[in-house]
Amino acid sequence: MGRLGHRLRFAGKKLLRMVLLLFGVSAVTFALMAASPLDPLQTNVGQAALGSMSPEQIAQLEAYWGMDVPPLERYLSWLIGALHGDFGTSLLYRQPVLTVIGQRLRSSLWLMLTAWILSGVLGLALGITAGACRDRWPDKLIRGYCFTISSTPAFWLALLLLMIFSVWLGWLPIGLSIPIGMDAASVTLLDRLRHAILPALTLSITGVANIALHTREKTIDVMESDYALFARARGERPLAIAVRHGLWNVALPAITLQFASISEIVGGSVLVEQVFSYPGLGQAAVTAGLGSDLPLLLGITVVTAALVFAGNLAADLLYGAVDPKIRRGAARS
Amino acid sequence: MPPILEIRDLSIHFVQYERGFRRRRLPVIRDLSLTIQPGQVVAVVGASGSGKSLLAHGILDLLPYNGQMEGSILYQGEPLSPRRAEQLRGDEIVLIPQGVTYLDPLMKVGDQIRRGRKDPDSRARCTAALQRYGVGPEVEALYPFELSGGMARRVLIASAVVDRPKLIITDEPTPGLDAKAAGRILGHLRELAEEGAGVLLVTHDLELALTIAHRVTVFYAGETIEEAAAQDFSSSAGLRHPFTRALWRAMPQHGFHPLSGAQPYPGTVDTGCPFAGQCSRCRPDCVQTQRIPLRPWRGGAVRCLFPEEEASS
Repeated sequence: MGRLGHRLRFAGKKLLRMVLLLFGVSAVTFALMAASPLDPLQTNVGQAALGSMSPEQIAQLEAYWGMDVPPLERYLSWLIGALHGDFGTSLLYRQPVLTVIGQRLRSSLWLMLTAWILSGVLGLALGITAGACRDRWPDKLIRGYCFTISSTPAFWLALLLLMIFSVWLGWLPIGLSIPIGMDAASVTLLDRLRHAILPALTLSITGVANIALHTREKTIDVMESDYALFARARGERPLAIAVRHGLWNVALPAITLQFASISEIVGGSVLVEQVFSYPGLGQAAVTAGLGSDLPLLLGITVVTAALVFAGNLAADLLYGAVDPKIRRGAARS
Repeated sequence: MPPILEIRDLSIHFVQYERGFRRRRLPVIRDLSLTIQPGQVVAVVGASGSGKSLLAHGILDLLPYNGQMEGSILYQGEPLSPRRAEQLRGDEIVLIPQGVTYLDPLMKVGDQIRRGRKDPDSRARCTAALQRYGVGPEVEALYPFELSGGMARRVLIASAVVDRPKLIITDEPTPGLDAKAAGRILGHLRELAEEGAGVLLVTHDLELALTIAHRVTVFYAGETIEEAAAQDFSSSAGLRHPFTRALWRAMPQHGFHPLSGAQPYPGTVDTGCPFAGQCSRCRPDCVQTQRIPLRPWRGGAVRCLFPEEEASS
């Protein structure tokens, strides 16, 4: 067996778990949508338009929205298609689901990636600073900030930033990902960046709090640990201890936090993109949910679940690289 | 030649906040005095929770952030200020801690012993120090979780003697080891003393302490209650305090008689003798006297109003 065998077994187990997770997530999403009281025709066509239609036309529309097929049958046909790589066609966008997701993901990815890196780096730095300066003013300041932000809803913060920077100061655009009424070809990278600043900032600000608070706790644990005391007893300076012993030991939980925060950022992006009318994956999810676009919603759910799962998997693998107990333990078994 | 270490009336207390606002002082060590000469092993013996570890940390100025210290500590005849302690610790004054949790779990043993230095000289001295305790150079590449209990203890001792220390403070060096391994560790400590270092041995195990110590300080509820030479323990009659005699009688070879009752937590007894609750010879004066001083008595010292006479049993 040895190391490779262990790794393969580990990967196989994880893969199986991911398949089960995606299956479960899609089934739950479908069941919720099937139980939803929303009538797709009334929502998307409108009461007035429906009233002026002939029964044949209505029957045609019902067939388009799949209302004449029993739910279980619909789910199974979606599942079989999905297993073959065909996620169907979005009913609202009239494009293949994967194409829509691809487009949306591209604009969201920058947003989420920026927020993810920014909140991770800032959160780690603030957390370590607060932990090392425990109960002194930097700690109090950072903790105060974190508690305030943690208890602030992301959409409210988004509105606040929008008000200050777009409405009052007029520095940044109010919404969307590119300027209104501009030819797509003449949109510059700078335009895109300017539009992404506020949504990314909102996501980062909220993400920082959680990571900083957890990192602070861990830093305090490390600084009060027996080995930090012994390092001091052996004449090592506090700063050297924080770097030599603190960083690695804080890195372990920080990795978990950082990758677990992917789910929070994906979740947060749904609300934040809505506020900024930013045409990303989150906004598409809301549109699909409210408009009964089942194929698109299922596609988005499965893709984001896979994204979150991949994040946790990456954390597990990195853990093995950082923690010698896992690394050497794995090598031995 | 001045003593290596001289501690006079050392008290350590913690400041706690009750319900957030009221400050409370929680004393853990009161009026401790001891002297260590070069080449001497001095044992501080007391039950768990009597504040012994804090004594070790206090000397090195490593108390937790809410810990405060009063009294004087002289190192080689000069006051050991926090600044001086910071300069000396790790080089002249070293700590041998209790166990493997004092090693960074994510760093290889060799890197920790060398304190990050990578030059050939440091490497050679690290290997030599480990060699001295029968630990091979391959151990340098191991992580702490890969060491056995006895191996970890030897690594910790090796880490202390890489630079020739003058004062060695060791905190419970033997728990978890079998008698043979414990004996070997104590032998190493004795050897370091014979080379001229002063050794402060903090332990709960009187029997083991007596195998290498020259002088013994007995701790009870955060107070020194007796200071004696090791040979005073050869018979119960040589001892001065009722608690020390009770400790002596509790040793396996002296009948294994346990002492009933429990030690009060440090700081819970404000007036009178802290041992009053467990003492068979307790008199009204023992409880009413404000503060019983530690006083010289038959070549040692005792904190008792009615110390044991040589003749009584």
